[in-house]
Amino acid sequence: MTKSVMIVGVGGQGTLLASKLLGAVLTEEGYDVKVSEVHGMSQRGGSVVTYVRFGEKVYSPIITEGEADYLLAFEKLEAARFASYLKIGGEIIVNTQEIDPMPVIIGSATYPTEILNELKAKGVKIDETDALKVAESAGSAKAVNIVLLSRFAKKFPIPYEKWIAAIEKTVAPKFVEMNKKAFELGYNL
Amino acid sequence: MKQLMIGNRAVARGLYDGGIKFMSSYPGTPSTEITEFIAKYDNVKSEWAPNEKVGMEAAFGASLAGVRSACAMKHVGLNVAADPLFTMSYTGVNGGLVICVADDPAMHSSQNEQDSRHYAIAAKVPMLEPSDSQEAYDFAKAAFDLSEKFDTPVILRMCTRVAHSQSLVTAGERAEIPDKPYCKNGAKYIMVPANAIKRHVVVEERTKLLREFAENCPFNRVEMGGKEIGIITSGTSYQYVKEVFGDTVSVLKIGMPNPLPVKLIKDFAASVDKLYVIEELDPIIETHCRNLGLNPIGKELFSPLGEYSQEIIAKAFDLPAKPFVKADTVAPARPPMLCAGCPHRGIYYTLAKNKVTVIGDIGCYTLGAQPPLCAVDSTLCMGASVSGIHGFLKANESAAGKTVAVIGDSTFMHSGITGLVNIAYNGSDSTVIILDNSITGMTGHQQNPTTGFNIKGDPAGKVDLEALCRSIGIKRVRVVDPYDLKACDTAVKEELAAKEPSVIISRRPCVLLKYVKTNPPLLINREKCRACKKCLSLGCPAISFKEGKAHIDFTLCVGCGVCEGLCPFGAIENGGEKQ
Repeated sequence: MTKSVMIVGVGGQGTLLASKLLGAVLTEEGYDVKVSEVHGMSQRGGSVVTYVRFGEKVYSPIITEGEADYLLAFEKLEAARFASYLKIGGEIIVNTQEIDPMPVIIGSATYPTEILNELKAKGVKIDETDALKVAESAGSAKAVNIVLLSRFAKKFPIPYEKWIAAIEKTVAPKFVEMNKKAFELGYNL
Repeated sequence: MKQLMIGNRAVARGLYDGGIKFMSSYPGTPSTEITEFIAKYDNVKSEWAPNEKVGMEAAFGASLAGVRSACAMKHVGLNVAADPLFTMSYTGVNGGLVICVADDPAMHSSQNEQDSRHYAIAAKVPMLEPSDSQEAYDFAKAAFDLSEKFDTPVILRMCTRVAHSQSLVTAGERAEIPDKPYCKNGAKYIMVPANAIKRHVVVEERTKLLREFAENCPFNRVEMGGKEIGIITSGTSYQYVKEVFGDTVSVLKIGMPNPLPVKLIKDFAASVDKLYVIEELDPIIETHCRNLGLNPIGKELFSPLGEYSQEIIAKAFDLPAKPFVKADTVAPARPPMLCAGCPHRGIYYTLAKNKVTVIGDIGCYTLGAQPPLCAVDSTLCMGASVSGIHGFLKANESAAGKTVAVIGDSTFMHSGITGLVNIAYNGSDSTVIILDNSITGMTGHQQNPTTGFNIKGDPAGKVDLEALCRSIGIKRVRVVDPYDLKACDTAVKEELAAKEPSVIISRRPCVLLKYVKTNPPLLINREKCRACKKCLSLGCPAISFKEGKAHIDFTLCVGCGVCEGLCPFGAIENGGEKQ
């Protein structure tokens, strides 16, 4: 049975590293894996989406509404934007950070701060983490991606060491220790 | 060993294992990574060309000299390179020649969603179309053999979902292909009418042979399932069909969309009760089927717009939709925008403030069209800003004092130079602003002839933009720092007032470049801030309005200081902690 994980955030937040690590770990586990993302224009501070699918045999590289087992959201508003992609019974893992989109900055829209509670009221399972705070205590605000990935890893039956090994293999050497720390802090929350 | 690769990397590996020795391309999403991955191989000569036409012609030259060569481009890049393509079909090749072209259904990062298959048909060259990374590898590798066997360039058609999706690839070894000798052969390579007339005959003969080849080639295959439904499909649509139906329907998967087989399709159609064609964008396979007298269900059910998905296909077959929950509150849109510290912002702010009409171009700086700057009036294609302003001012000379063209450094190299030649030659009081951020930005930082570095990051020839513009005949050429709003304002006002052509080079490297040292973030002094919101008019993603005052997000701010110069109350100060 193919499993689907959707990673969403704001361009520049490091969603691509999260999907790269996830892809590496799943391949190592022997799954058929597909990862799909979009480059270019949309990356410049816009909503970014990465699809990760794995199982015995995966055909489509993308995830459509009602299909995702997990929604890894790097930002609150993005979690809400893509909540419809979650299957009934799926779970959102969300960084509670708020990043104002341009319509909010220029005052043509307001940031819907209560939007996650609205989803919760409808029975959506949500794991909230202040990933920015955790990342900062690990040494860099940029490690938000690793913190969120660790929250996902915790719910998933792949041993801790395998994630750490993937970080060591994938991340640039000078950032390995900081990222390992971010993963550990997030994992043990 | 199986490796997870994006389609573009798999293409590069396939070209490599196929024995490629030369590649020349112009970057364009979603094709860019093919050439970037080729550049990692030291035994392949690889280059960024100034544009796709130069890239394709350089690849042709290498093929003529006897080595396997390739070029890559996005779909609209093939428009630029269409001229050599159509006649290379006549000359054929010496060393194998593969043209990689990546379409962008849904226009994730493009100005149109043209279907490149039309080019293969029009130029009468074979086209291969993979549906995942393994096929991208296999087809790229095989394309060289096909090219040499049939003496033709071969187009490898990618699309965004294949180019930028990762899937598992088992790769082989690099084939060591001996160089072919170059032999002078005017009848084949000099396309004057007397020779071209004869070569056209060869092209038509070749097409017949290719059509026969298509009947039994390894690129097209039948997967028989149930007899009730038969689907002819290709590329990424194949994956969606299999996702929805698995092995319950019969599928004819087309991996070679030009030329299309005849008997294979007729036999398949005869073996099923109901025939469908599922292909993104235009009805190419469907039209072919109709020409064969078949009557498949195609575009009446499946849109010519955008990308498909398993959801779209399931819906078309009336299969139940998957249930989901969503919030009732609508999430405000989050469009892409100029980055915090982007050097384009200062110049766009100046243009917006002076209410200037801006004939725009293709690149990151197209984002200046977004609110709140709204500083762009038109975007057509690469180079069209410089050519377009000339016509605009010829039609309306009184607009000269309030109209500019903006174009990036890479785009100016690509196709802006000829437009500037036209301005100097045919005389219009155009003001052209070259947004020189020292890199090809939108496609993810590729070097170009103005940066002084080549594709491998080694020092290379560097075009002197000021000298180039002067040599064209532009007497008024000046350089400004876009972080300096006052200097921008003076330059724009003075050049707009000048009764002759002028060029302003707005020069500052892209803030995302690794060598660019950013400053600590700035802070808002909440005591001094009077909530006038002037800083918000810059459209900087780092500045927002929180609890009645302006607020700077320290994770995004790079301390460029543009807002600092704009604040009338001196409320923006140094003192943030650097990340």
